[in-house]
Amino acid sequence: MNYELGSYDVAVIGAGHAGVEAALAASRLGTKTVLFTLSLDAIANMPCNPSIGGTAKGHLVREIDALGGEMGKAADATFLQSRMLNRGKGPAVHSLRVQADRRAYHHYMKRVLEHEPNLEIKQAEVVDVGFDDEGCLNRVYTKLGACYHVGAAIICTGTYQRAMIHVGELSYESGPDSSLPSVGLTDKLKEYGITIRRFKTGTPARVHRRSIDFSKLEKQDGDNPITPFSFGTKGELKNQMSCYIGYTNERTHQVIRDNLDRSPIYSGRIHGIGPRYCPSFEDKVVRFADKPRHQLFIEPMGLDTEEIYLQGMSSSLPEDVQLAFLRTIEGLEHVEMMRNAYAIEYDCDDPQELLPTLAFKKIPGLYGAGQFNGTSGYEEAAAQGLIAGINAAHFVQGKEPLVLDRASSYIGTLIDDLVVKGCSDPYRMMTSRSEYRLILRQDNADQRLTPIGHELGLIDDARYADYLEKQRLIQEELDRLRHTTISPQEGLNALLVSRETSAMTTGQRAAELLRRPQLSYADLKPYDPTAPDLPREVTEQAEIEIKYEGYIAKQYAQVAEMRRMEGKKLPSMDYADIRGLRLEAIEKLNKVQPLNIGQASRISGVSPADVSVLLIWLEQHEKEERHD
Amino acid sequence: MSTIAAIATPLALGGVSMIRISGSGAFSIAERVFLPISGEKLSDKAGYTACYGNFVGNTGETVDDGIALVFHAPHSYTGEDVVELSCHGGVCITREILRLVLDAGASLAEPGEFSKRAFLNGKMSLTQAEGVIDLIHSKSMQAARSAHSQMDGALYRRISGMKEALLAIAGHLSAWADYPEEDLEEVESSDLLGQLSALQRESKKLLATFDSGKLLREGVETVLVGKPNVGKSTLMNLLSGAEKSIVTSIAGTTRDVVEETVQLGDVLLRLADTAGIHETDDVVEQVGVKRAIDRIETAGLVLAEFDYTLPLSEEDKQLTEVLEKQEVPVLALLHKTDLAGQMDEEYLRAHYPNLVMTSKDDPESLTRIEEAVTRLLHLTGFDPSQGILANERQRGCAVLADRAIGEAVDALQAGMTLDAVDLSVEEALDALLTLTGERVTEAVVDQVFHNFCVGK
Repeated sequence: MNYELGSYDVAVIGAGHAGVEAALAASRLGTKTVLFTLSLDAIANMPCNPSIGGTAKGHLVREIDALGGEMGKAADATFLQSRMLNRGKGPAVHSLRVQADRRAYHHYMKRVLEHEPNLEIKQAEVVDVGFDDEGCLNRVYTKLGACYHVGAAIICTGTYQRAMIHVGELSYESGPDSSLPSVGLTDKLKEYGITIRRFKTGTPARVHRRSIDFSKLEKQDGDNPITPFSFGTKGELKNQMSCYIGYTNERTHQVIRDNLDRSPIYSGRIHGIGPRYCPSFEDKVVRFADKPRHQLFIEPMGLDTEEIYLQGMSSSLPEDVQLAFLRTIEGLEHVEMMRNAYAIEYDCDDPQELLPTLAFKKIPGLYGAGQFNGTSGYEEAAAQGLIAGINAAHFVQGKEPLVLDRASSYIGTLIDDLVVKGCSDPYRMMTSRSEYRLILRQDNADQRLTPIGHELGLIDDARYADYLEKQRLIQEELDRLRHTTISPQEGLNALLVSRETSAMTTGQRAAELLRRPQLSYADLKPYDPTAPDLPREVTEQAEIEIKYEGYIAKQYAQVAEMRRMEGKKLPSMDYADIRGLRLEAIEKLNKVQPLNIGQASRISGVSPADVSVLLIWLEQHEKEERHD
Repeated sequence: MSTIAAIATPLALGGVSMIRISGSGAFSIAERVFLPISGEKLSDKAGYTACYGNFVGNTGETVDDGIALVFHAPHSYTGEDVVELSCHGGVCITREILRLVLDAGASLAEPGEFSKRAFLNGKMSLTQAEGVIDLIHSKSMQAARSAHSQMDGALYRRISGMKEALLAIAGHLSAWADYPEEDLEEVESSDLLGQLSALQRESKKLLATFDSGKLLREGVETVLVGKPNVGKSTLMNLLSGAEKSIVTSIAGTTRDVVEETVQLGDVLLRLADTAGIHETDDVVEQVGVKRAIDRIETAGLVLAEFDYTLPLSEEDKQLTEVLEKQEVPVLALLHKTDLAGQMDEEYLRAHYPNLVMTSKDDPESLTRIEEAVTRLLHLTGFDPSQGILANERQRGCAVLADRAIGEAVDALQAGMTLDAVDLSVEEALDALLTLTGERVTEAVVDQVFHNFCVGK
């Protein structure tokens, strides 16, 4: 028996990292929003590692922040340890990663949501949706029978749909962290023509701090000073805890090999497709049998708990095997397991059925975000949640959707990859996925996205003013460096020679000197009398701009070419009507229905020859249109 | 699409010429120009069958008789309806029949348009289409061999080798950047430099094959020079085996540039016999001398002829001065060595490192010339079946790859960070993948997970 309980502009189904950003964006853009969660105590939960950022993921967090999302601020407020990874490998791959306090992060996000004026949070399970006469989504139904009228809905159900946990020989229906699974919604979606697939992922064991011998492990400290995630975070940040590194050994691997027959994956009981980038430990041992040892990271779960996370030890072997192999590891000989490792299987969609707005092509008003779209990781989820939230709000308000292209951001790259190329296993962001990574750096996310965030209304005027001031200072310093001549000086020449680069004989522009890879801005400053005292984030931008000028210019030229191809719009059509396309290309093009030639060229199975055919066809088609 | 037509055989004297008509109107157009003796309709005939008939002009008169060969779409070269009309050669008659076909409603095919349609209709891949186009154009035996081997994939395999090496580098760089916390092998700049330098050598070799391949395919512009009556035309005739120049003993008979193609071993020489280079008051000859010099400037090979029976002359010295200013490879031919000599041989050896003795009656002369030419054009040991870059598109991709590899090497040597070096590596990879139709980011990501134990 259904009953009506009100109406909202936007409904967000699920309050994980995608759902939180979606709900905040939609409500902050002025739409009346409702956020459904199976449990208020699981809002923004981190059922795997309480870590935010990492390679490429750190880029996503900074972009989310630059656009007006919440994740960066939450991480800055609740982190235990912060490190900038890849220092020394170049600015394109610098990536920020923090270990966060899991409970503190949850509390922070819950409070932010609770204080949002346009947002209501409801503990309820959405099991069905409804449509108007034109097939647009207009209702959601909960398990208890409540019906809400909505203008749009965003599915952010993470790993909860028909969730099944596997540990050794045992499998049972359960969400992560012993929560309830969600059953019913994906069956309904199938009825409505949405493709539903089955993916799997896993998580390692949590163990008790007192049972670890830290003297046998390598200590890993955080950075000093710390770079915050949020461009808006002011003041000094401090590390509160350390992480540790340990190693497996031959004995560990022997335990795995002896017990492979008890693994649900190797015995064939799990059918879901697991992520390549997040293999279980048994996968690593089997696939890379030559490797004498594997690393594991021993990381704290929070300030108020003794639970410790063992990164790298994800497994679906039985509990007794898990304990046995952990105890072969030096430092973990007497380890006490508090929560066992497990694999989890769940329902997700096929993102090739989505538009770049993250709306389903088949159902206007219905959006998907996060792990439900086949990704993995909190950051990938939050990025999609933010974009889906913005677009659902704009849809209800009758505004233009926001589509970020590949050259604008990792967020744009992520979504383009998902909707154009699709994914056959859970998708993780990597720097190597971006062809424009020298201009899509984590350090310039504000330059790329804050003007957009401000125009949307997600970045307030005060923060925008700060941003403009920073840009002014960068420009001023760039001008100064390009016009200031540094005269040859004994100290500077000694430094240059010690860095194995040539000494100066005549005066040189500061910018010229900085272009030398061997010389940093900080090196040059003592010999540059007119250098003003500027914040580090300003001089950093000026330095990168100058050092990588040639590469940056080249990347912008590639971007211009890419945008030219994106400008060649393709109509929605049956590609079998175009003669000359190969069968595989016809199938793929018909499935994806690319919006332009640029997208078409990125679909796997569409060859450059097929793209030539499309270009010739498009030309003929346009000629005919002109004649008609 | 419109129906197109063109003469498909070379426009030259020959026994039979063929006009190809392709497109949805091929049958109706052919039927207006060609009347089968049997009275049947071309469109009713089964594919791959032929019939005999007459070509008729606008007023119904018979122009020629010949054969029509019928192909039904999609079972034809272009994938469209095709009629091939064979007539009795002769430039005039063939052109006349083509004109009749065009009058009947066909439009003249643009160069390569048949192949383009074949490609558009899925009858061949881009690389195949390019190979076919080159096959049509290839004149020498070896060019035909190399065009075949390209279609068979020798080029593909060669590029694959470079691609795999680049992919291994990009994959390692990417794993190293994306998984900094895993205990992967560090990327050492010195190792990287060694690998990239090896690749640079390989890419230079690949590019060089293009120039060699082009020589084989299109032939070498070759200019014969020497003072008048030195025996150039005699030599040319020796090479070509046909009397195309007027050979007399009166100096200055060859007043203009005469062209002939000859096969010298594996190499096709496009020979131009010139008036000799000498000072003259004869206006006609002055023009000829100027043309000869112009020709040398654009040639791929110069054969400089000297007469062994005569002493070194001012004209010989003038010619030597002209040639020494040019960058073109020069082979000196000292002719009539079977007769008593007065030539200053030392002078010639000092100015011409490549010199061959020839005489009309020595059968070894031609072999010696062939060997010297092969060496001079850097074709010794060149085997086209190893995969060569066959056309400008492929060469363009190889040039891009070569340039990007060079940039990666430069960046490494300058001490740039590896994220920048990696971009150049991927650019090179991208250029090579374009040739085989793959994409760089997917390829690199696959490589990472295939070869490295990464992820938590």
